[in-house]
Amino acid sequence: MIKILLQILRTGIVTEPLPPAGEPGIIGSGIKEPCIIEPEIKEIGTKLEEAIRKRFRRSLTIRQVDAGSCNGCELEIHAINNPIYNCERFGIHFTASPRFADMLLVTGPVTHNMEIALQRTYNATPTPKLVVAVGDCGCNGGIFGTSYASLGGIDKVIPVDAYISGCPPTPVDLLNGILKAIR
Amino acid sequence: MSTLKDALTSALGENVTLRDAQYPNSVISCTVPKEKFVDAAKTMKKAFALLAAEWATDESPMGRGFGVYACYRWGAEYLIVKTEISVDDPTFPSLTKQFVPAYRFERQIKSLMGITPAGHPDPRPWIKFEDWPEDAWPLRKSFDPSKPMSRVKGEYQWIKADGEGVYEIPVGPVHAGIIEPGHFRFQAVGETVINLEGRLGYVHKGIEKRFESLSWHEGARLAARVSGDTTVAHVLAYCMAMESMAGCNPPERALWLRALFLERERIANHLGDLGAICNDAAFAFMLYQMMRLKEMLMRTNHKLFGHRFIMDKVIPGGVAVDIGPEGKSEIYNEMDYLSKEFEKLVAIYDENSSLEDRVRDTGILSAEMARELCVVGIVARASGLNLDCRIFNPFPPYGQYERLKLDVPVLVTGDVHARAWVRVLEVRESIRLIRWLLVNLPGGAIACPETMPEPGSAGFAAVEGWRGEIIYWLQAGLKGEINRCMVRDPSSVNWLGLEQSIHGNIVPDFPLCNKSYNQSYSGHDL
Ligand code: SF4
Repeated sequence: MIKILLQILRTGIVTEPLPPAGEPGIIGSGIKEPCIIEPEIKEIGTKLEEAIRKRFRRSLTIRQVDAGSCNGCELEIHAINNPIYNCERFGIHFTASPRFADMLLVTGPVTHNMEIALQRTYNATPTPKLVVAVGDCGCNGGIFGTSYASLGGIDKVIPVDAYISGCPPTPVDLLNGILKAIR
Repeated sequence: MSTLKDALTSALGENVTLRDAQYPNSVISCTVPKEKFVDAAKTMKKAFALLAAEWATDESPMGRGFGVYACYRWGAEYLIVKTEISVDDPTFPSLTKQFVPAYRFERQIKSLMGITPAGHPDPRPWIKFEDWPEDAWPLRKSFDPSKPMSRVKGEYQWIKADGEGVYEIPVGPVHAGIIEPGHFRFQAVGETVINLEGRLGYVHKGIEKRFESLSWHEGARLAARVSGDTTVAHVLAYCMAMESMAGCNPPERALWLRALFLERERIANHLGDLGAICNDAAFAFMLYQMMRLKEMLMRTNHKLFGHRFIMDKVIPGGVAVDIGPEGKSEIYNEMDYLSKEFEKLVAIYDENSSLEDRVRDTGILSAEMARELCVVGIVARASGLNLDCRIFNPFPPYGQYERLKLDVPVLVTGDVHARAWVRVLEVRESIRLIRWLLVNLPGGAIACPETMPEPGSAGFAAVEGWRGEIIYWLQAGLKGEINRCMVRDPSSVNWLGLEQSIHGNIVPDFPLCNKSYNQSYSGHDL
């Protein structure tokens, strides 16, 4: 137990503290992490927090749906939950059920085999709802294109409010895209 | 000198015809008549070989019928046995009685190519859903992949368990977390799972068919997106198979950089998995600590190589990015920091008794079962099977064993803890490897001119990704185009292991067990 507490203390708060652009990241007791803080985070973070406070009463609840992605986009969505990006501080929560969701974050080109499940998830989400298509696949089918198995983008199946391109989009792109959708 | 080839020729004699134009030459390929296909499998079983993959081709553009291929592995040897099937009688003898993993491979062959495995115990489709038109066999050349498919009526027949107190829990395809879709059905009595049946195919994007309409160069981009978490290893296997057919030898430095990318991918995923395993045992502390370290690797990747997952940086003929002296020292420092922090966390994992209570003796895959199911990679190594392509089928620098002294951990308990601990040991080893690679990195070019595969030839490659052995088998058509690209992700076999591991465990241990496998859905469904 003492080791856990020590490690927590030593690690300190690693969440990007929104410093001036380009400053080296500092970890807890002053160990320099070999990476720099992404300057965009400061700007996006502040705006996100403000928009979520105003429009969603401080809490934007997201249900993520994989409609045939390669799992690359999922890894980056995980990353916005990690302690460095820590999207919870802006009021973004991921929920297990579409019934609690304000927003669906959908990845993949929509496979033939996922089409019905995606539609059902959409129908289970209460209105008003937002849909964000994530990744090149989600936007237009990406490299998988349109075929017998791939429908070629989220908007072929359900209405989409915002698109986040990239293969996969970086965590910063994701936060930016979510901001675009709720503004 | 090949033990498997000798065994086969001495058992089947004249019936075995060796085939050429299969590259690299170390992989032996032969044809046997259809009625000897099972005998060949029996011989392989007797020679202690494992079934690595089974797949089918439509060779009508070459004026032939279908081909069914089985690839066997024994130590460092791979042997491919082909049998030719005529268009008028599209059936082949099933190997399921000899090798359990053929169970899924053959259902897949039947579903996507429309050739029936005679004697197969399970007629249900796999990956193909029951609402596809009966005659939709996408891998046949006569199938037009550009048209959308209609839906028909049909229902999947689940395996049922009856009895007093037996109930069923359906899960998926849309799961609770941020993960890929699949459907699982548990039959349970009280808390205890008596059967688990998985049904996959939700993320079938038609990847194998898609390859056939792409150029070799674009194919590499697609291979990098078969399973996003394993992008380096997949594209590497594709490139190696293609290069062997094209007689293209990437420069030494390129091969070493490929190894560097591969090891970085291994560390990043293992860190994520260790965190996620602990998180599913309600130890969130570890998840956040591990994610922090993983994010550090991602950022360094982005800074030095231009992509957080190093996607599209392995290309046919070599690699697309080089590393300079500052990059080297940056990674060196990063590895020092990582190693220090990682060891502290490992000590915490090791001493946490409530965690231990969850991970030990949970989800056991016995050594016998692991062999029977022919599992690969971390799952195999946690259950006593010593398999690692970096040792048995190495490319330089791994081939320089005397200098590199790669240590592959093999544990025997086969439980969640073993699968986690294999990862711990592999992270340590990969850190050592990365340091060694950086110190000894040879100079020179990072790519050679891309040459095209020889028409009509076939290429094979096996690469040890972080999950395990990834196999690509490529076949060039008569004009030198891609006629077939077979992808075998480690998950294609390891999913069977998960279903066996969970027997007799309690339902709440399923997520934990599942995380310890962390299989790819996309790599399996293709
Ligand atoms: S956009 Fe790229 S990373 Fe995302 S699912 Fe598609 S191929 Fe994978």
